[in-house]
Amino acid sequence: MNNRLKTLTNGITDVCPLMIPVVPFGIIYGVIGMELGLSAYMTLGMSIIIFGGASQIVLLQLFSGGASSFVTITSVGAVNSRHLLYGAVFAEYLSHLKITWKIILSYVLIDQAFAVSNTYFKNNKENEYKHYHLLGAGFTCWFVWQISTILGIVLGSVVPEELGLSFTISLTFLALLINDFRKFKNIIIMLVSGIVATIGYNTIPFQAYIIVAALSALLVATLLTLINLKKN
Amino acid sequence: MIFLLKEDILNDKTKKILSYVPSAIFPAIIFPPIFLDSVGTIDIENNPKIIAAILAIIIGYFSRSIIATIFAGLISYWFLIFVYYQ
Repeated sequence: MNNRLKTLTNGITDVCPLMIPVVPFGIIYGVIGMELGLSAYMTLGMSIIIFGGASQIVLLQLFSGGASSFVTITSVGAVNSRHLLYGAVFAEYLSHLKITWKIILSYVLIDQAFAVSNTYFKNNKENEYKHYHLLGAGFTCWFVWQISTILGIVLGSVVPEELGLSFTISLTFLALLINDFRKFKNIIIMLVSGIVATIGYNTIPFQAYIIVAALSALLVATLLTLINLKKN
Repeated sequence: MIFLLKEDILNDKTKKILSYVPSAIFPAIIFPPIFLDSVGTIDIENNPKIIAAILAIIIGYFSRSIIATIFAGLISYWFLIFVYYQ
């Protein structure tokens, strides 16, 4: 097997275990999209264009709550701002590639692909085709996400509203934070964000509560980081 | 967009702060639907969502599994609304 194909296959197999939680997440997104009254094409279109679970659900929530496009776009951008970090980390390994490669890889660089390819890049710096790993991991995520969205769209038209499936939005985001429950600083940041959002939900105009809460929490995060740096 | 950046454009401090982004944003999405009722007032007593979320956190803390966390929360929520509060 040639090196490119081998690296591509490595990417696919490495990311597969991480796809298990992506399937229910995609289904939940599809179901909620239909429940909030979007058409099947719009629900799937959003998965293809945005390709990011958390930001898509935020967009759905704000869109159905009647937020302005400015607030919606800023909130979605804020949710996705962690990708700046991914890009900055990968620039070290991939900055020599052609622009087409960079655009394609940026499109598929999501949390799960970042996690596995980051490990691979660290251990295989000398592999000149290492970007094929991200290509394989990223497109595996892409296919799984689109297929589970379609499953959700199909299920969304038959699932009864009494099941309260919109509660799964909260649960899904909660589940994405489980690794941070052990860190004291993160818990403080989470509480700041949650409390500001809950109080601000009715008091902050234009549905900007997500942005205001996130910025308040990030301010606290910055202060905590600076205090910590001084100590060391 | 991201790859257009040159190497090391973000310093360590910025990277550290960006790593807190999920903790800073997700609770803003998690909290309001749990603590607020349909008209937007804070509802703490007899709120099955709070109990279900706490159970989900406990399961998540020990299992470290995303799926286990979601299902623990959903199943306890269904138990509360369909069995306990009936």
